[in-house]
Amino acid sequence: MTTRSYLEAGDRRGIPAWILSTDHKRIGVLYLAAMMFLFLVAVTIGVLMRVEQLTIAPPLFPPQIYNAFFTVHGVIMIFMFVLPGLPAVFGNFLLPIMVGARDVAFPRLNLLSWYFFITGAVLAVVSLFTGSAPPDTGWTFYAPYSIRTGGNVSLAVFAAFVLGLSSILTGLNFITTIHRLRTPSMTWHRMPLFVWAIYGTAWIQVLATPIIGITLLLVILERVFGIGVFDPAKGGDPLLYQHLFWIYSHPAVYIMILPAMGAITEIIPTFAHRTIFGYKAIAYSSIAIAALGSLVWGHHMFTSGMSTAANVVFSLLTFLVAVPSAIKVFNWTSTLYKGSIEVRPPMLYALTFIFLFTIGGLTGLMQGAVNVNQHVHDTYFIVGHFHYVMLGGTGMGFFAALLYWFPKMFGKMYNEKAAALAWFPIFVGFNMLYFSMLVLGYMGMPRRYYTHLPQYHTGHVIASIGSFVLAFGLVILLGDLLVALFRGKKAPQNPWNGVSLEWQIPTPPPLENFEEIPTVGRPYVFNQEAAR
Amino acid sequence: MSGAASDAPAGHKDYEGSKLGMWLFLFTEILLFGGLFILYSAYWARYTADFHRGGQMLNLGIGVANTVVLLTSSMTVAISVSAMQQGNRRLSIWCLAATVLLGLVFLGNKAIEWSAEIGEGLYPNSPELLARPHGEQLFFGLYYSMTGLHGLHVIAGIAVLSFMLNSIRRNTITRTDYGRLENAGLYWHLVDVIWIFLLPLFYLSA
Repeated sequence: MTTRSYLEAGDRRGIPAWILSTDHKRIGVLYLAAMMFLFLVAVTIGVLMRVEQLTIAPPLFPPQIYNAFFTVHGVIMIFMFVLPGLPAVFGNFLLPIMVGARDVAFPRLNLLSWYFFITGAVLAVVSLFTGSAPPDTGWTFYAPYSIRTGGNVSLAVFAAFVLGLSSILTGLNFITTIHRLRTPSMTWHRMPLFVWAIYGTAWIQVLATPIIGITLLLVILERVFGIGVFDPAKGGDPLLYQHLFWIYSHPAVYIMILPAMGAITEIIPTFAHRTIFGYKAIAYSSIAIAALGSLVWGHHMFTSGMSTAANVVFSLLTFLVAVPSAIKVFNWTSTLYKGSIEVRPPMLYALTFIFLFTIGGLTGLMQGAVNVNQHVHDTYFIVGHFHYVMLGGTGMGFFAALLYWFPKMFGKMYNEKAAALAWFPIFVGFNMLYFSMLVLGYMGMPRRYYTHLPQYHTGHVIASIGSFVLAFGLVILLGDLLVALFRGKKAPQNPWNGVSLEWQIPTPPPLENFEEIPTVGRPYVFNQEAAR
Repeated sequence: MSGAASDAPAGHKDYEGSKLGMWLFLFTEILLFGGLFILYSAYWARYTADFHRGGQMLNLGIGVANTVVLLTSSMTVAISVSAMQQGNRRLSIWCLAATVLLGLVFLGNKAIEWSAEIGEGLYPNSPELLARPHGEQLFFGLYYSMTGLHGLHVIAGIAVLSFMLNSIRRNTITRTDYGRLENAGLYWHLVDVIWIFLLPLFYLSA
């Protein structure tokens, strides 16, 4: 039995040692590397859009290019960063360790998922530069425009299909791993809450993703053969496209946020040095979010021409799904109560998550009301709201998780001061950017316009400056981690005094994770005496 | 589904686990077709009379013949799995080969059927079809999408079963180690079950 870390073990060296490895930890790192690159590309495109909005006229980029910008920004961010981010990186790296297993249930399938991911990413990039024009539909690919436009939609849609396949296989792998490979002493109620969150996520990945798969295939068939199912000229109904799209894409929002919530749930008790408040409530709320979240897709379509009855039902269900989300927020807050809170970088970002996610969640509730929705639909209010949830929620959760587990993953400590320093421009820039969008949207600024009317100019300038500040902060943060990767001090086994299984094994973890399959007791016991 | 914490697998084989994974995969396949079934129901409700006429234009004989072919192939694949479990390698091989053959017969029938329909000008975007009512255009749009997607699954199934056939011949699937064959059989049954729904939706809608 070797005790060499997964970074050193193995027969192969160099790049083949990574891209042919079925080790869940290496695959997690592969995802991380690919995603960080894609994330930076999408951030750059996002900043370019903000540059466009700095002036009213003449536009720096022609409208068609702006359309391609928001489409590509959305496609990359959604399908290649926010959606797969936490499950593929931290789920892969940590799930087997957290349940006391040596790998996922299907290691080769796991590697195949990564190849599908990369294939999808490459196809998406290729779709930009081939065909007559880049895709210009927005990430939602709404019919009938998506079946008519001269943009290179077919390839972009196929890329999303392949990414979906990757997501399905990852979900399937995780469900099987959690059911079959938990160490015998780890009963369901001893699982870390991150694992519960990944479990809920994996079910959505498996059950919802096929729907978008078939929908996207139909868009391709529509474009190539003209089958007519979404084409009003042939009796097809574009509204059905929206239904099918959101039947997946709303639950997908919970694929994005649930694992981030799970990571936060790991971080908060560790830095409050206190057991988690309401373990079962948090665990079951993950499942409740997964279940209820599958029934609310219609709230994206309040202005699309559904019946009033459907609007009311979807509105009601939307309010219901806020309940389990709020349960989590209250439990995190209660965990902090009377804890001895230590604000180190992971905790700083985790607390930021709670703050920003709460704003994102509450603005979401506003739109859940049909009448407010009529007013703000397709405005910057929506854009502001989902960036609060996606970047403020999932993004912050991702960075919190990265800062929390980075020492374990790479065996290096980053500069904590720099990470805390980066937080300031990130937080300030973020709110300048997206709160301005909420205000602009409420004033009536429509989304996806390449320019704006003079009355929106001030808001747009504030937002654009915010985006530069935010991007600056992100560069510091990622730069700090990059420096640590090559020059960081050696990380101790358990830098934060965490109690879950990953902290009980060497840093970085050995190839097989555990020499002997571990035995576990109650989770989140921070008092060492009580643990025995 | 196994709820209790289970033993870590001895060696690297976990049949329960791989079967669980396979069932999850089959769920995703059902949901993939589920999207199409939703579209079918929505358009059937809106254009019932057109769907009725569309069904009359299909060749019921070939549809029923193909149903018989697929049902028989489901039987042969089930026999093949049982035979392997009982150590009857020879029977297992023959039945699996028969399954592959029946799958090919199905595809052959399908090809004949599609060619005839395309020959009559009944294909998406054809001038003949565009002159017909909306409901019939959608009927044929769905017909080609759904039977086409199903056909792709038949092809995939044939590939998987042929691969299994090879594994049996090379003795990597044996009496004690037949999990992959069983999972391949499950996949084939799924392909069959989906067809059982396609038959009434298209051929019997007349």
